[in-house]
Amino acid sequence: MSRHWIRALPVSLLGLGLLAGCAPEGGGVQSTKMAAIQSRGKLICGVEGKLPGFSYVLPSGQYAGLDVDVCKAVAAAVLGDPNKVEYRDLNSSERFAALASGEVDLLSRNTTMTLSRDAAGGNGLSFAPTTFYDGQGVLVPVASGITDLKGLAGKPICVESGTTTELNLADRMREQNIPYTPLKFQTSDQTFAAYLGGRCVAVTSDRSQLAGKRTSFPKPDEHTLLPDVMSKEPLTPATTNADPAWADAVRWIVNGLFQAEESGITQANIDAKVAEAKANANQADLRRFLGVEGDFGKQLGLPADFVVKAVKAAGNYGEIFDRNVGPKSALKLDRGLNRQWKDGGLIYSPPFR
Amino acid sequence: MAVEPSPPRPEASGGVTPWWRDRRVVPWVVQAAVGLVVLLAIAFLLGNLVRNLTAAGLLLSWRWLNQPAGFDISESLIPFNAQLPYWRALAAGLVNTIRAVLVGLVGATLLGTLVGMASFSHNGLLKRLARIYVEVVRNIPLLLQLVFWYFVVFLTLPNGAAALQLPGIVLAKSGLYLAGLGEGLRWLGPQLVNGVWQAPIRLTVEFAALLTGLIVYSGAFIAEVVRGGLAAVPKGQWEAASSLGLGWFATLRHIVLPQALRVIVPGLNTQYISLAKNSSLAVAVGYTDLYSVAETTLNQTGRAVEVVLVLLAAYLTLDLLISLVMNGLNHLVQIKER
Repeated sequence: MSRHWIRALPVSLLGLGLLAGCAPEGGGVQSTKMAAIQSRGKLICGVEGKLPGFSYVLPSGQYAGLDVDVCKAVAAAVLGDPNKVEYRDLNSSERFAALASGEVDLLSRNTTMTLSRDAAGGNGLSFAPTTFYDGQGVLVPVASGITDLKGLAGKPICVESGTTTELNLADRMREQNIPYTPLKFQTSDQTFAAYLGGRCVAVTSDRSQLAGKRTSFPKPDEHTLLPDVMSKEPLTPATTNADPAWADAVRWIVNGLFQAEESGITQANIDAKVAEAKANANQADLRRFLGVEGDFGKQLGLPADFVVKAVKAAGNYGEIFDRNVGPKSALKLDRGLNRQWKDGGLIYSPPFR
Repeated sequence: MAVEPSPPRPEASGGVTPWWRDRRVVPWVVQAAVGLVVLLAIAFLLGNLVRNLTAAGLLLSWRWLNQPAGFDISESLIPFNAQLPYWRALAAGLVNTIRAVLVGLVGATLLGTLVGMASFSHNGLLKRLARIYVEVVRNIPLLLQLVFWYFVVFLTLPNGAAALQLPGIVLAKSGLYLAGLGEGLRWLGPQLVNGVWQAPIRLTVEFAALLTGLIVYSGAFIAEVVRGGLAAVPKGQWEAASSLGLGWFATLRHIVLPQALRVIVPGLNTQYISLAKNSSLAVAVGYTDLYSVAETTLNQTGRAVEVVLVLLAAYLTLDLLISLVMNGLNHLVQIKER
């Protein structure tokens, strides 16, 4: 029985596609997923698509955002070209099925890492390092005069269905014994349209998402975030358990972005750094990291200089953050937990050794 | 596959027909072969499903049904809270679906019948309006219409004292308020208490938008079914009734409708089934129907195959029940052969 049969039949049977990716994959170093991406000549990346700061379409028609830059870095490392990416907009209900069926190679879509999503008995995802540490917040109109969760008692709250947000909301409100009415919508567009239409007095989601969406409101100043942080939301790119070699490659490309910032390597100075590493045989750390010596790239099935390619394409993590959600963006989010570990944050790359 | 076995023919004198040319045998052999292929295909697909699910550690399991759901449902006719298990959540969703379908069926039938009858009216304006309604509504996708009703019509309604008020009915952004029997079985209309409307019957705007969308959409199709049924009654019947001195309504009631129903009911069945299935678009307007609850359940538990099976079974059962009732009705209105 050929693999084609395994792929074609159950997908057409249930339209779920969930089953195809579950066919036993050949183990070893060679990643079937990476081979598929290389022969196809482009990376298919699942993104949100309508979330300013993370993944959205610029007036020029290009995708941009923090999640998009992760896709670009991976495409650059694997294919040598950050533009060889096909973006797929996925809503929160579609995303896991799309990843499991192999419809997208990489899910870079502000997705919270949780136990049940990671576990083989749950969604069976394989998470890369977290690229944005977030928390759930609540956005209300300033005019409503609401200042904390208690002010929401008995009020309708808009929430996107199929998200961790929905469960956290239920948990927090139950803890504090606050009755409320959840109004659930399938897409974030519908959710925010209902909020702006005045159907709900509040909308809840990740704080970064609320800040991002607020920039696209007609009057952003008339809405405010409540101080309450309702949950931990580590937003993390993901692949599936079906291909551990591919998951490793993605994991270390993201770590490369973190390490580049820590080592002071930027999009602007990377060529100088490579020249410096080549000239000076004593810079062992730098030489290994940039692929001048050693075979780290090969161990992952990537080119030796995959970090150089990724950083050239997207910049280091700090640059990606600043450009998309930090001071150089409309969102103007604080680095907060997303600082490097040396600065008291949680961004920490294990050693390239 | 309905190959009629031909009546046995007298054997041609002399030779014996070989079995592969025998019209009594061949259809059976062909049908058996086709049946076998279908069965083998199903067995292969099921086997493949089970094998892949086993390999992924996702073999069907129903234990999650008894775990606490952990999410809330905004409106439910049966008591529900987040501590109750998933099956209660799905049941609450199913009840919401059935509620929307039942009210939708009644509304769409009334609207469709009126519009269908209006197509035969002598009033030219009424006739044209009926045509315009049918042509506009049935040529726009239902999802678009639902989004229109919810976001453009219902969410732009004013709240409080500025709300739309008719005798016994108040339409505000917070919901649709209807007069009904209140405390002490007194007839009670909607009242404004501290800027908030209160009434014996309150529908959320999500439910109201879904119902409006379903009724308006299905109503157009039912109107066509009714019009077709009335048109199937020969013109001579109208003329004969008229020559007996019966008026327009009496002709319709006693002569035309009883004959038209025989044509209408089977067509109605199809429309009813469509309406039941279309109700799953409720998720677009924030109404927590079965599909919406199932979607949340699927995401929280990761049991995609099981949840989809539950959905399939629920909608199939609902539609088969509707068909059963309609087939019974069909039997009643058929010509009684005596």
